[in-house]
Amino acid sequence: MAQKITIEPVTRVEGHGKVTIHLDDQNNVTQTRLHIVEFRGFERFVQGRPYWEAPVLVQRLCGICPVSHHLAAAKALDVIVGAGTGDGLTPTGEKMRRLMHYGQIFQSHALHFFHLVSPDLLFGIDGDPAIRNVIGVALMHKDLAVQGVMMRKFGQEIIRATAGKKIHGTGAIPGGINKHLYAEDKELFLNGPDPLNIDHMISWAQAALDFFKDYYKANKEFIDNFAQFPSNHLSIVRKDGALDLYHGVLRAVDSEGNRILNDVDYQNYNDYIEEEVKSWSYMKFPYLKHLGKEKGWYRVGPLARMNTCDFIPSPLAQKEFEDFKAMTNGKPNNMCMHYHYARLIEVLHAAEMMKELLNDPDLMKGELIRKGNKLDQGVGVIEAPRGTLFHHYKINEDDQITMANLIVSTTNNNIPMNESVNRVAKSWMNGQTEITEPMMNAVEVSIRAYDPCLSCATHALGKMPLEISLYDASNKLIDKKRT
Amino acid sequence: MKILIYGYGNPGRQDDGLGNAFVNRIQEWAAIEGLHDFSFDSNYQLNIEDADAISDQDLVIFADASEEEIEDFCLSKVDGTTGLTFTTHAASPGYIVKLCEELFDKKPLVLLLHIKGFKWEFQEGISEKAKSNLDAALVYMKKRLLHPEKFNTKDLKRC
Repeated sequence: MAQKITIEPVTRVEGHGKVTIHLDDQNNVTQTRLHIVEFRGFERFVQGRPYWEAPVLVQRLCGICPVSHHLAAAKALDVIVGAGTGDGLTPTGEKMRRLMHYGQIFQSHALHFFHLVSPDLLFGIDGDPAIRNVIGVALMHKDLAVQGVMMRKFGQEIIRATAGKKIHGTGAIPGGINKHLYAEDKELFLNGPDPLNIDHMISWAQAALDFFKDYYKANKEFIDNFAQFPSNHLSIVRKDGALDLYHGVLRAVDSEGNRILNDVDYQNYNDYIEEEVKSWSYMKFPYLKHLGKEKGWYRVGPLARMNTCDFIPSPLAQKEFEDFKAMTNGKPNNMCMHYHYARLIEVLHAAEMMKELLNDPDLMKGELIRKGNKLDQGVGVIEAPRGTLFHHYKINEDDQITMANLIVSTTNNNIPMNESVNRVAKSWMNGQTEITEPMMNAVEVSIRAYDPCLSCATHALGKMPLEISLYDASNKLIDKKRT
Repeated sequence: MKILIYGYGNPGRQDDGLGNAFVNRIQEWAAIEGLHDFSFDSNYQLNIEDADAISDQDLVIFADASEEEIEDFCLSKVDGTTGLTFTTHAASPGYIVKLCEELFDKKPLVLLLHIKGFKWEFQEGISEKAKSNLDAALVYMKKRLLHPEKFNTKDLKRC
């Protein structure tokens, strides 16, 4: 009897989703899908609003990565107000935004690793679900859980100091930034009491990498082989090929490292990227136009960024990057669980960049805004914690937004996440007569590697319990589990 | 006595901003009354660093909008819970309390003020019906907060 298993929502993933796994008469996996079943329609909501409201309005999408949307929208509006494309701002404007962005990257990645991923590593995919969560981590590895809390707190404080406030931050405005960094904030971040100072954050970032590398040594087969598959990789990189999370040109490489998108201007992203719609999900499926739907899909996020960039412009992270690249002899790394490794390298890079910026006098003085000849549309792209984030706006003569298109990071990873689910489901569930909790968690682990924000990707809102439904060949429900 | 009043929600989603609005209003009142033991905070949602934020407090009052079938508002004591949270997006007050206990060995008295909301669309501003509930909650809480040392969990306006 063919079966259909439904897992919803995906636990410890930001937002909510549902996974269905279809089995045939021999209990072999025949089809898997990561479904997104809600839709917010944010892109339509902003139509008719004055363009300068967008950097604040987009933070209504959700409270998980408002800074990324804030900055991507501001970058698009920089173009509209004639301030150029990312590198046209004043030094103060660009550096304050960068500090805000690195604070966001730092806190988001720390939260993900310490509080969402570490339970799977410390207790195992098949660990007791009663303790396989951050409370379990807190009970058995208190130091790790505390580090996660304090690293996130530090990043949040950086955001507060640059964006102005935690909710509906207003720091980035079209053409620049609305404030300098206060001297007392700078002093606190550089020389505050332990552990909340930047040197302590750098040492913790290094310790987190050491923790992961030790784990990797002992669990190499799992980390290398779990849900690994070849794919293309896409991100922005600095014009000289450096890792740059704030601004650059679009680059994509295939699984062997061949350039398939060669440092193009993201203002023309529509020339290169197409979004496919499928009936079973509200989340779209992007791909590179010239390669087509079948061969043009790509990964984004930390792993992709390690694969597209040539080097990292901060010394400690660069050293880690060299070790990372050596594992695959300089070729792209297609191993899904290495997303965590790459993410931790970015944590270290973000900490180093924050220190460099905090010591930069431009943050304390200088012009905040630059404007020029107004245009009727603009595109802003940023490397959000979860991957490449596109904001595109068009305005009319009354300064109202007439069109908005957002391709969020998780949407860019839609096909890879589906592919990961498929690989894991076949590996863990083929031939099985009973679907166990570890099997289901394995599917979720494969999704968690991408750190998806499904809420943001679909503009979904709501809570659902974890539900597993089993269907036979005629789609009749034969079993259902809730957690 | 150290007291933290902490509202959470998204003010860009109508009544979801009730908790934030409560904090703004109570902060104005505390300034007028000259109350100095209080600190105030707001965010989109609770998250793990809030375990640290509450760890040095004697009394914490979380304020949140509620979709539940309650009359206008209610106040309940928050106990630590280890229950799995599906996302860090939706860390519960109980989860924060439990984290605080486990990570920092502190157990402040934590209360959750639920204020009934009705509308949740992409708009700024609290609905008229919810404003009425907010006003009622403010009257009740101001009276209680004038004597925070007398907070007794047995005589709360329960849900």
